[in-house]
Amino acid sequence: MVNPSEMVQTLRNSFNSGKTKPVEYRLKQLKALLRLYEENTNEMLQALATDLHKSKQEAVTMETQYLINDLKNTISNLKNWVKPERPPKEFVNLLDSLYVYNDPYGVVLVMGAWNYPIQLTLLPVAGAIAAGNCVVIKPSEIAVASAKFIAEKIPKYLDSDCYQVFEGGIPETTQLLREKFDYIFYTGSTSVGQIVHAAANKNLTPVTLELGGKSPVYLDKTANLKVATKRIIWGKCVNAGQTCVAPDYLICTKDVRDKFVECAGQVLRDFYGDDPKQSPDLGRIVSDRQFQRLVGLLQNHKPAVGGRFDAAERYMEPTILTDVKRDDKVMQEEVFGPILPIVTVNDAYEAVKFINSREKPLVSYIFSNNKKDVQLLIDNTSSGGVLVNDTIMHMATDMPFGGVGLSGMGSYHAKYTFDTFSHKKSCLYKDLGFIGETLGSARYPPYSEGKLKLLNLLLKKWPGFNWKVCLVHTFIFTIGFVTALGYKHVMENKDELFKQ
Amino acid sequence: MTHEVQPNGYKPFVIDVEEAKLEKTHEEVVEAARKSFKSGKTKPLKFRLEQLKGLEKFLTECENELVKALDQDLGKHRQEVLMTEIDLLKHELRQTAMELSKWLKPEAPPKSWVNFLDGVLVYSDPYGVVLVIGAWNYPLLLLLGPFIGAIAGGNCVILKPSELAPASAKTIATYLPRYLDRDSYQVVCGGVQETTHLLKIQFDYIFFTGSTSVGKIVHQAASKFLTPVTLELGGKSPVFVDDTVDIVTTARRILWGKCLNAGQTCIAPDYLLCSKNVEERFIEAAKTILDEFYGEGVKVSPYWSKIVSERHYKRLMGMVSDGEVAIGGFGDPMERTITPTILINVKPDDLVMREEIFGPILPIINVNSALEAINFITEGDKPLALYVFTKRKDVKDLFLNGTSSGNVTINDTIMHIMTENLPFGGVGASGMGNYHGKYGFDTFTHKKGVLVRGLGALTEKPQFIRYPPYSDFKTTLSSIVTAKRRSIPGWWFKWILVFGLGVAFAYGVQWVRNG
Repeated sequence: MVNPSEMVQTLRNSFNSGKTKPVEYRLKQLKALLRLYEENTNEMLQALATDLHKSKQEAVTMETQYLINDLKNTISNLKNWVKPERPPKEFVNLLDSLYVYNDPYGVVLVMGAWNYPIQLTLLPVAGAIAAGNCVVIKPSEIAVASAKFIAEKIPKYLDSDCYQVFEGGIPETTQLLREKFDYIFYTGSTSVGQIVHAAANKNLTPVTLELGGKSPVYLDKTANLKVATKRIIWGKCVNAGQTCVAPDYLICTKDVRDKFVECAGQVLRDFYGDDPKQSPDLGRIVSDRQFQRLVGLLQNHKPAVGGRFDAAERYMEPTILTDVKRDDKVMQEEVFGPILPIVTVNDAYEAVKFINSREKPLVSYIFSNNKKDVQLLIDNTSSGGVLVNDTIMHMATDMPFGGVGLSGMGSYHAKYTFDTFSHKKSCLYKDLGFIGETLGSARYPPYSEGKLKLLNLLLKKWPGFNWKVCLVHTFIFTIGFVTALGYKHVMENKDELFKQ
Repeated sequence: MTHEVQPNGYKPFVIDVEEAKLEKTHEEVVEAARKSFKSGKTKPLKFRLEQLKGLEKFLTECENELVKALDQDLGKHRQEVLMTEIDLLKHELRQTAMELSKWLKPEAPPKSWVNFLDGVLVYSDPYGVVLVIGAWNYPLLLLLGPFIGAIAGGNCVILKPSELAPASAKTIATYLPRYLDRDSYQVVCGGVQETTHLLKIQFDYIFFTGSTSVGKIVHQAASKFLTPVTLELGGKSPVFVDDTVDIVTTARRILWGKCLNAGQTCIAPDYLLCSKNVEERFIEAAKTILDEFYGEGVKVSPYWSKIVSERHYKRLMGMVSDGEVAIGGFGDPMERTITPTILINVKPDDLVMREEIFGPILPIINVNSALEAINFITEGDKPLALYVFTKRKDVKDLFLNGTSSGNVTINDTIMHIMTENLPFGGVGASGMGNYHGKYGFDTFTHKKGVLVRGLGALTEKPQFIRYPPYSDFKTTLSSIVTAKRRSIPGWWFKWILVFGLGVAFAYGVQWVRNG
């Protein structure tokens, strides 16, 4: 086993040498990573099939293609992203320059999860590389084939001085977390998230935690039932429900519930046929432990749809439970499997109350054509994100993706990943000239009321006043003025001026 | 004689105020705030603006009380109180009030083609009940500054002023509640024990300003509920001076930064790095400048602050014996004042170089080049601020690229906090997170991405490619549709589309007339 201290020290030496700072170096590494994806797609699909019985389509759309798209976006925008920001100046800074630089943190740790073992590990890694950090990559040991793939391929494409893969289970990871990191990015369960956060305490390491929770789906009678059911069932069954943003439970009126159940049965047959076990498109549960946990959730329930399972294959049929009480086990923990419990309420207000009585989820889903109710839910509940009239798809936008409360802290995707791994260092450039020093001399002792008044005048805020805009307008105005004068002069003396 | 202040506060005329007693337990206080938050009271813009106005009124009407309290706690002169605390707060309040309606609007990030028919918005949600813990060196600024951002963000706030500035804590606890909504904003006073107890309660955000060691305790407490935190800590903020700058102006700005609040400022220039030659010229200039600032003697100058406590006074006097005193070195234990002191021939492992000074002592370490200075700086923890005095661009760039710090100011000290448009915060041991201006609002709000799709046929038709049963065709089509392309071009695209429609319409009308 690799010594974590040695690994971190190597990376730290590389970082201190300044190797990862030039944007050309970062682009070179990112392009190599892109080649890794493009040249090894089949192997990635194979690893995902081994670990999770992931179908080709899911593996492509949610892992390989997803990674490639995000990476291409990073590569084409990186030169812009690294440019320092120029915030607007106020009157007091008229003679100064203001910048906000994007500094890399240093040596960062990225810990992936097992459900999307390649995507959830390497997407943040790409952002960390883009931001100029050195990275320790820790794939989840539970997705064995994927971890092996990452450990084998990364050293072949990326500079091992700056990016290394650390493999191991709980004891090895515990040892790794004792090292000093400048940033830790963790995707996984809330309980382990708390352990990571506690480990970060020693060196006050900033963290991003992408955790989970019970993401509710609210469905009312104004929504097109067939379409809504398809989208909800799809979101639930992708990766056999093992998705952090999978719709966890359904919340609706009794009427809607009954109609939904009927529709869902048909939708499932359309998706997977009469015996989903035979369908190549339905995933499997990642481990025996997780499988047993899910079987436990089904106990004491009579499924309205589904309910069959096979331990040998770790197969579980998409199942809908309608005989659910609020304190049943299936409503106490994140399902993370192909089981959809349904809880009934009388209206949107009750749904809001129910959702707010629980921990803040990673995402809230709202299926409704009633704009008022949709806004009611958006404005009165808190969640990492919200998706109206669909599931999962917000992951495909460039919006910040992350949790709140126990569902996580921090966010990423697109430029937000780069921002996550950059320290925003503000910089004020002042000059030592006579004018600046005279104006600023009111701050020095001996103090006086007059000095105070002058300072307040200099610091005063002018509503909507943008000095740059003001100067530009003045300049154009002056040009207009001079042009008019010039034209007048030419017209008055044109005979003389154009005398042949 | 005491006058009772009316609920809507104005020229209070009260002396001999009783100890600000907390009538409720900490749990009850937080529960009341939580109830207020759940009621949705703090969400509307109007409410937030009213509260910000109330806070400004507090600062205006209680100015004399606050100035008096700061004189008691730190011997701070009125101008320093106004310049570095009250007026700064008022400027920030005004800017926040002016911009808040704009900040509250959900942001519309660029859309990709696949979301053409969708609504994509990022909302700024308040976190809920937040805890703001202040520090003793700027008891108003460092408590109420974050408070502004928290109110603007729509949160309910528990304020915990530092017990080491007791007069300021008492004044805030007594008067502030009269100007703000009492259910949503409460002040809780107390020492280490009370704060430890408070930290056991669940908050939705914690903002702490203070020392690194206490910062770790706050961070640890936050682990239990995974409460996000901003920690504004400290460190040794270095100043580098080369020989290209005017030494008098440079020395004046450095000494101003060092002497403010008798050096008890988190971003005070901690120690100076320069060549022997610059050191000599610096000390020459310093003598004149200190005379300019404080005249006859610092001890009798009304512009010179006290050290906050006996413990800190003793700690600082212990450092005076390091190296050699070039200027100052005198302390008055009765008044708890220490004269501005410059130490030379200091070694890197002296006490004065091992911990953050936080006092009016400026040690000088000799280096022969910018590179040497950078190597020295990068051996220690990342500081909160870095100051570089030079006219050379290559030297500026060397420091900017070769070091990491919370913030940097070139050719001045302290001034980067006078600008609300620059994020203010630390990195590494000097802290995490930032605030000031909109950054304060952003700190106290959760950015919730909202995607709104339609259930209609137009949106649903193309979705077939994602549903099982899967196929290679669906997979390929999916890849094509989601492949990264440039975002929908900017605002002008809309106009071009409209223009095109107009042209098409004209042709259409023509065709109809002819046909």
